[in-house]
Amino acid sequence: MNLQVNGKSFAATPAPGECLRVFLRDLGWFGVKKGCDAGDCGACTVWVNEKPVHSCLYPAFRAEGKEITTIEGLAKGGELHPMQRAFLDAQSFQCGYCTAGMIMTAASLSDEQKNDLPRALKGNLCRCTGYGSIRDAFAGVKNVAPDVAGGSRGASVPNPFAEAIVTGRARYTSDIPPMDGLLHLKVLRSPHAHAKILSIDRSEAMAVPGVVEVFTWEDVPRRLYSTAIHEDNRVDPDDTYLLDNVARFVGQRIVAVVADTEGAAEEGCRRLKVEYEILPAVFDPEEAMEPGAPVLHDDDGDSHILHPEKNVFLELHGEVGSVADGFAEADAIYEDTYNAPRQQHVHLETMQSIAWRAEDGRLHVRTSVQGPFIVKGKLCYLFGIMPADLHVFTERVGGGFGGKQDMMSEDLPLLATIKTGRPVKWEFTREEQFTGATTRHPMKTHVKLGAKKDGTLTAMQFRLVSNTGAYGNHGGETLANGMSGPWAIYKCPNKKGDGYAVYTNLQCGGGFRGYGTGQPTFAVESALDELAALLNVDPIEMRRKNMIGPDDKMESVLEGASDLTMGSYGLDQCVDAVEKALASGRGLPKPEGVDWLEGSGVALSMLDCVPPTEQRSGSEVALRPDGGYHFTVGSVEIGNGLVTAQQQVVAQVMGCPSARVTFLNADTDETPYDSGTFASVGMMVPTKAVENASVALREKMLAFAARTTGTKPEECRLDDGAVMCGDQRMPLAELHSAAKREGEELLCFRKAYGSPRTVAFMAYGVRLAVHRVTGEIRILFNVEAVDTGVVMNPNQVRGQVIGGVVQGIGWALQEKMVYNAAGAVVNPTLRNYRIPAFADAPVTEVFFADTYDDIGPLGAKSIAENTINPVAPAIGNALKAATGVRFTTLPFSEDRIFAKLQGFEPA
Amino acid sequence: MNLNTIREIKRPRSSDEIRHWQDGYAWLAGGTWLFSEPQIHTHTLIDLETLGWRAIASGPGGIEFAATCKIAELYAFHPPAEWKAGQLIGECCRAFLSSFKIWNEATIGGNIVMSLPAGPMISLTVALEGTYTLLPRDGEAREVRAADFVTGNHANVLERGELLRSIHIPGTALAKSFAFRRSELTHLGRSSVLLIGTRGEPVGGLLLTITAATVKPIQLTFDGIPTAAQLCNAIDAAIPESIYLDDVHGSPAHRRHLTYHYAEQIRQELGA
Ligand SMILES: Cc1cc2nc3c(=O)[nH]c(=O)nc-3n(C[C@H](O)[C@H](O)[C@H](O)COP(=O)(O)OP(=O)(O)OC[C@H]3O[C@@H](n4cnc5c(N)ncnc54)[C@H](O)[C@@H]3O)c2cc1C
Ligand code: FES
Ligand code: FES
Repeated sequence: MNLQVNGKSFAATPAPGECLRVFLRDLGWFGVKKGCDAGDCGACTVWVNEKPVHSCLYPAFRAEGKEITTIEGLAKGGELHPMQRAFLDAQSFQCGYCTAGMIMTAASLSDEQKNDLPRALKGNLCRCTGYGSIRDAFAGVKNVAPDVAGGSRGASVPNPFAEAIVTGRARYTSDIPPMDGLLHLKVLRSPHAHAKILSIDRSEAMAVPGVVEVFTWEDVPRRLYSTAIHEDNRVDPDDTYLLDNVARFVGQRIVAVVADTEGAAEEGCRRLKVEYEILPAVFDPEEAMEPGAPVLHDDDGDSHILHPEKNVFLELHGEVGSVADGFAEADAIYEDTYNAPRQQHVHLETMQSIAWRAEDGRLHVRTSVQGPFIVKGKLCYLFGIMPADLHVFTERVGGGFGGKQDMMSEDLPLLATIKTGRPVKWEFTREEQFTGATTRHPMKTHVKLGAKKDGTLTAMQFRLVSNTGAYGNHGGETLANGMSGPWAIYKCPNKKGDGYAVYTNLQCGGGFRGYGTGQPTFAVESALDELAALLNVDPIEMRRKNMIGPDDKMESVLEGASDLTMGSYGLDQCVDAVEKALASGRGLPKPEGVDWLEGSGVALSMLDCVPPTEQRSGSEVALRPDGGYHFTVGSVEIGNGLVTAQQQVVAQVMGCPSARVTFLNADTDETPYDSGTFASVGMMVPTKAVENASVALREKMLAFAARTTGTKPEECRLDDGAVMCGDQRMPLAELHSAAKREGEELLCFRKAYGSPRTVAFMAYGVRLAVHRVTGEIRILFNVEAVDTGVVMNPNQVRGQVIGGVVQGIGWALQEKMVYNAAGAVVNPTLRNYRIPAFADAPVTEVFFADTYDDIGPLGAKSIAENTINPVAPAIGNALKAATGVRFTTLPFSEDRIFAKLQGFEPA
Repeated sequence: MNLNTIREIKRPRSSDEIRHWQDGYAWLAGGTWLFSEPQIHTHTLIDLETLGWRAIASGPGGIEFAATCKIAELYAFHPPAEWKAGQLIGECCRAFLSSFKIWNEATIGGNIVMSLPAGPMISLTVALEGTYTLLPRDGEAREVRAADFVTGNHANVLERGELLRSIHIPGTALAKSFAFRRSELTHLGRSSVLLIGTRGEPVGGLLLTITAATVKPIQLTFDGIPTAAQLCNAIDAAIPESIYLDDVHGSPAHRRHLTYHYAEQIRQELGA
C-alpha cells in the first residue's frame, strides 16, 4: 500500500494485525515511541490526515493513502513548530521519552483545548517532570538561562539533548535500524506462585515457523547470582538462576523463545507444554516467618541467606540508649502500624536490550539500565566471558527511578546471541513491567514514640517488616536504609529498631526512589503528628524541637563506624520556608460547601547522598583541538539531568560556556568505570570525578602555558577560549597544537569515591480539602523545600523536585497494585494502575535552601530521591488535620477515605 | 499493539457478505479496544469502516446514530436546543477515561458492544431511552431496548457474529430535562459511578439510570418525583449488594454509597 509520512511517499505492506506505531518505526521513524502499546500513555501519538491518534491502536492497513505526520515531520523548512520551540524554551522534559507524543498532542490542540489542559492532556503520561515544566511550555515560560562563560554553576543551561528530544532525533535503546538476522526474544512466565517444573516439552514450540531456539533451565549455566546492581555483590543474596526449575512468583520467567518475529516468539511461548508440581505459597511476610510456612529457598550455604528456614533473608536489630528508660520518662506515648505498599516505577521506556556479536568477535549489549559496568561484570560471571570480549552500553535511557538497577533484560538476549550467533532483541511489554520487573518494597512499620510534655522525644522504637518477594535483590540494602535516615533525622537518646527482609511468593522488590526510606518515613512522620496532638504541641514546633541541628550526631539504631558527615545543613531553612509558604494562604481556596473539610500537614526527610556500600567512578577530561573540552564518564543519563550538570561542572572549572563541552557516557568500552547511577550518587561520585579531572586538567594546561610562554604559573589563568599568561592571550586551539608539538597530552583522568558521604534534607507542606461524603481529595497548595547544596541547574533541580513530589502524590493517593488470591497482579496495565496524569498534578512550589556542601562537587549535593519521601506522610497529616481521622494505609484513595469517614471499612 | 495472531483483514462493502461466522472472527470498529490487548483467539478482523454507514441522521422523531459513528463525530454534533437532554452527549463523551485522540477512532458501537460498566455510550443511550438495531448473521434485523442490551460486566445479548447496526434516540427523551452526576477515583479518570436522571416536562416522572456503579445498567421509573425514602427503597429493591462492581476503580461500598448520594441529589435537582 502507499502512504505519505512526513511528506515522503512510501510503498510497503503491513502485516494484517500490525499497528501503525510499529509500521512507522519499521519505516525508520523512531520518534514514534512505545510507552504502553495500549492507548494509555500517548508516547506514540502521530497525526493521520492532521488528526492526532495513538498509533499503537491504529490499524496500519487503514493508513493506506493517508498522510502521516510524526514528530520528525513537525518542523517545517528547518523551522521548529512553535510548540517544539515552547517545549525547548521551557525545557519540558527530563528523560524525554514522552516528549514526542506530548508535543504531537500539544501541537494539535485548539485554543479552547489549551484552556483546559487537564482534559486535553489526559491521554499523555509523563513520569519524570510532574508536568510542571510542561505546564510552563503552554504558558510561554522560558526556563533556560544564557550559557555564559564562567557562569555555568547555578545557571539553568539547557539540556544538551534538548533539540534532539523535541525533534524526535534523540536515540533510545530501540532507536537503531534493525540488524541483519535480528531475532526477537519472548519469555513464558510462570502462572503459579510456587511450583516445581517437572517437564518442559518444546517440540510444538520449535515447530512454529520462525522459531529458532528455545531455552529452559537446562540450557543455562547453573550459577547463583543476584539481579541487583551494586558495586559489592555480597550485599545481595545469590538466590537467583538465569532460568530455574522452581517458580517462586507468578510472572517469573520460565522459558525463553527466540524467533524471527515477535509474533512467532509469542506463538512459540504459547505452544510450550510445561508440567508443574504446584507447591504451597505464602504472600504475607509475617506468615512467611511462622513455623510451617512454605520455604522459598533452601540455602545450602551459597546464597548467604540469614534464616532460609524462616524465609528471612536478613534481620537487623539495634538499640542506642535504652528505649525502656525512654518510655518510662515519657509523658505521652503513641504507637500504631503503618502500611506502605508497592509502587511500580513506570519509567516510560520499558526495559530492553539488544545483544550481538560483531565482526571483531566481541559481544555487545545495547541496553536501558542504570549500571552498565556492573551488568557487564555479572554477564561475564554468568557466561564465563573474558571482560575484554564484552561491551555493554546505553545511549539515552527513558527513565529509571531505580527500576533499572537490576539486570533484567540483558542476560537472556546475550545467552541467545551466544547460542545462535545472531543479534537478539528483548523488549519488555508494559504488562511485563508490572508482572516480571521490580517494585518498591511493601513495608509494614510498627512505630512507637514517647515524649515529654514540651514535646522532647524520649524514645523511638520500631519494627520494620519488608516484603522482598521471591528474591532478595535490594531487600537487605533497602531495609538497612529504611532503618537509618528516617530515624536519624530526630535526636533522641533512646532508639531501638528491629528489621526483617522476608521472602514471599510475590514479585521482587527493587530499588525505587527513596530506596527503603519512604516507607518508614510515612510511619515516623505520621506518628510524630499524633504524638504532638497528644501533647498539644504544634506539629512544626514538635519537629523543630527534635530535629537534628548542624552540630548533632546523626544516629540511628544501627551502630558502627560511619563515614556519614554533614557536609552542609539546611534543614532549618527548609522547615521555615514550608511553614511560611503554608501560612501565606497562597494556592486555591477551599471549595464551596459545608461538606468540604480543609487541613494542612508537613513532613521532613533526610537522605544519605551515597549508599554506604562501595561506590566509585572516574572521568577523563580533555582539551579538544578546537579549544573546547570533551569528557568521558561512566554514569548513566536517565533523565536525571546528570550530563547537563557534568557539562556545567567542566564549564565552571574551565571558565567556558557549557556548550563548549562535549561528552560520552555509560559505555564500558569508551568511558572509565562507574558503579552505577542510583542511590542519588550522580552528583556525588561521577560528577565529583568530572570536577576532579577538570581541576587537574586546568592545572596542567596552566602549567604548560606558563612554561611555553615563560610566564610565572601564578600569572596564568583560563579565560573563555584562551589562556591568559600575564597580558599575553593564547587561544586554546593554539595551546592544543603547541602541546601536541611537544608531545604533551592535555587530558586528565581522575577518580572519585563515594566516601565520605553527606546528607540532604527536605521538608514538604501541603494544604488540601477532602469531601466528607465522597472522600474526594483536592490538593489546594503544596510546597517542597530542599537542601541540596549549591543548586547547579535550578531548572533541572526544580524538575527533579516536582517530578518526585508528583510521584509521591501518586503513591499517596492513587497507585495501587492489586493481587488476586493466587498471587497474580490483577491490574498490570496503565489503564488500571493509574499514575498521575496532568489532571492529578497540582502546581508545586519549590524552595531552595542556601547552603554549600563541603563534600559534593562545587558545593552541590544529591537531590533526586529524597523529594518523594515526605509527600505521603504530609498528605496523611493534612487529612488528619481536616477530618480528625488517621489513615495508616496507602494509598489514600477516595474509596478508602470515605469508608473511614462513614465509620466502616470496606471488605 | 501488534495483533500478531491476525492473519486476515476482510473489508466488506455490505455486512451481508459475512454470512458464515467463524470462531476467530471479530468485527473491527475503531480498534481502540481491540488493539489495546492481545487478541490471541482472533485471526480475522472484519472492517466495519468500508461499510460506509452514515454516522448521524437527525429528524423530528429523534436521532439515528450508526454504530460506527466515531466519538469525535458524536461530540461535535449539537442537537437542536429544544432537545435539552441533548447536552448529555457532551457529558457522556467527557465521561470517557480516554482522551479526545482516542475519540478520533473509537465508535459508539464499539463502546456499547464492549459492555463495560463504565461505558458512557451505554449510560447515554440507556438514559435517553434508546433502541438498538441488531443484525444477526442469518435472519432478520431485530430491535432491542438499550436498557436491556447489557447483561453483565462485558456481557450482552448479542448472538454469535451479530452486528450492532444503529442506535435510535427518540425525540421525546431528548426533550426532557436532565441531571448528571459522575465520580471517579482519579481526576478525569474512569467513572466509578455515573447517574443520569431525566424528567419529561412539565410534570413527567423521574427516570433514573444508574451505570458504572453496577455491573449492568439499572433503570428506575417513577410516576412523579419520589420522596427521598421512596427513592431509597426503590434503589434497595433494584440493586442487590452483589451487583455493585468490585474492581480497582472503586470499591463496592463506595459505589453503593455514591449511588444513593447522587440519586438523592438528582431527585432534588429535578424535583425543584
Ligand atoms: C485509553 C483508553 C481509555 C478507554 N476508556 C474507556 C472508558 O472510559 N469506558 C469504556 O467503556 N471504554 C473505554 N475504553 C475502551 C474502548 O476504547 C472504548 O470502549 C471504545 O468506545 C471502543 O470502540 P471501538 O470502536 O474502538 O471498538 P473496537 O476496539 O473496534 O471493538 C470493541 C469490541 O466491540 C466489537 N464491536 C465493535 N463494533 C461492533 C459492532 N458494531 N457490532 C458488533 N460488535 C462490535 C469488536 O469486535 C470488539 O470486540 C478505553 C480505551 C482506551 C485505549
Ligand atoms: S504507546 Fe500508544 S498510547 Fe502508549
Ligand atoms: S520526560 Fe516525560 S517520561 Fe521522562
